[in-house]
Amino acid sequence: MQTQQQTLDEVLDLAAAQFKVPRQSLSPNDDFFKKLGIDSLQALSLLTRLEQHFKIELPDYEMQGVSDFRTLAERIQSRL
Amino acid sequence: MKQFDGQALSWTVKDQVIELALHREPCNEIGSLCLDELEQFTAALPDLEQNVHSLILYSNLACGFCAGADLRELYQRSQELKKKDAIVGVRKFLERIHHVMNTLDASPMPTIAAVHGIVFGGGLELALTCDLIIADKTARFCFPELRLGLIPGFGGIPRLKRDLGNAVVRDLLLTGRSFNANKAQQIGLASQIVGEGEALRVARATALQMGKFDRNTAAAAKKFIKPIPYDDLRQEIDIFCELFSQPAVEAGLKRFVESTNAQPYLP
Repeated sequence: MQTQQQTLDEVLDLAAAQFKVPRQSLSPNDDFFKKLGIDSLQALSLLTRLEQHFKIELPDYEMQGVSDFRTLAERIQSRL
Repeated sequence: MKQFDGQALSWTVKDQVIELALHREPCNEIGSLCLDELEQFTAALPDLEQNVHSLILYSNLACGFCAGADLRELYQRSQELKKKDAIVGVRKFLERIHHVMNTLDASPMPTIAAVHGIVFGGGLELALTCDLIIADKTARFCFPELRLGLIPGFGGIPRLKRDLGNAVVRDLLLTGRSFNANKAQQIGLASQIVGEGEALRVARATALQMGKFDRNTAAAAKKFIKPIPYDDLRQEIDIFCELFSQPAVEAGLKRFVESTNAQPYLP
């Protein structure tokens, strides 16, 4: 099973690739709405990409109030 | 009318297939303009059906297929009217959209929804009128209506109940959670999952295949296997209108329209 750090790194990699921002500009505690400049619909597209990558189902109500990469990665890790 | 270019949607006939494209910013919300043009389409359908074998619905917008009812218009109109008149207006709107949806659902020709991105609320209900849903891997489906104090009002529950198990319907409806294309295929909602941007191409290929069969046989098979749940649909309108009269709905719509939350689409 992969570590939480690996999950976090992959989340950051995927977010950077999907929204075409430099990977090195993203940090675990960043607010991804602000940092990526995305709205809720775009956040759902990121959620879809993450679910496919990690082969999990992540109900979006678990994402309510989550806006930083670290917590997002923790929620994903709990379902791996 | 073989071709139509409206403000909310367009249709054209190509290779004996009708292609209806939604293209109203921001995400094909279904309000009075879209409904007017859908009605023009269903009025033209009997003539179109003489010379075509299939129908494909899709969206030209990057955000997705359709984000559902135009909640901003619904809120604004309900604010302009007395409560009693607003409920009458909502019922009239629902009866019109149900007529459109029922016409699409009952069309004798095979129908395909080629979907991507957001397929929420009324958008999912529109897709559910089709015989097949072909989803690109970015598609995300949801019935978020309960958070507004409502149930889906465009025929979604009766059609979902017809097509899927009741337990699945309860899960999607009562949690209001969104789910991806893999889940949609797993529960039997989507017939095929395709790569990003490939849904329309695959829908065209599928329509071509369906066009090989005798149209009367296809129509008979469809009528047999896909009955329209008219009683449940009428009941849905009654329940929706009853709920719409409750204060929770106005509060829910207000919250949505005035939201500065970055996540208004998250249930």
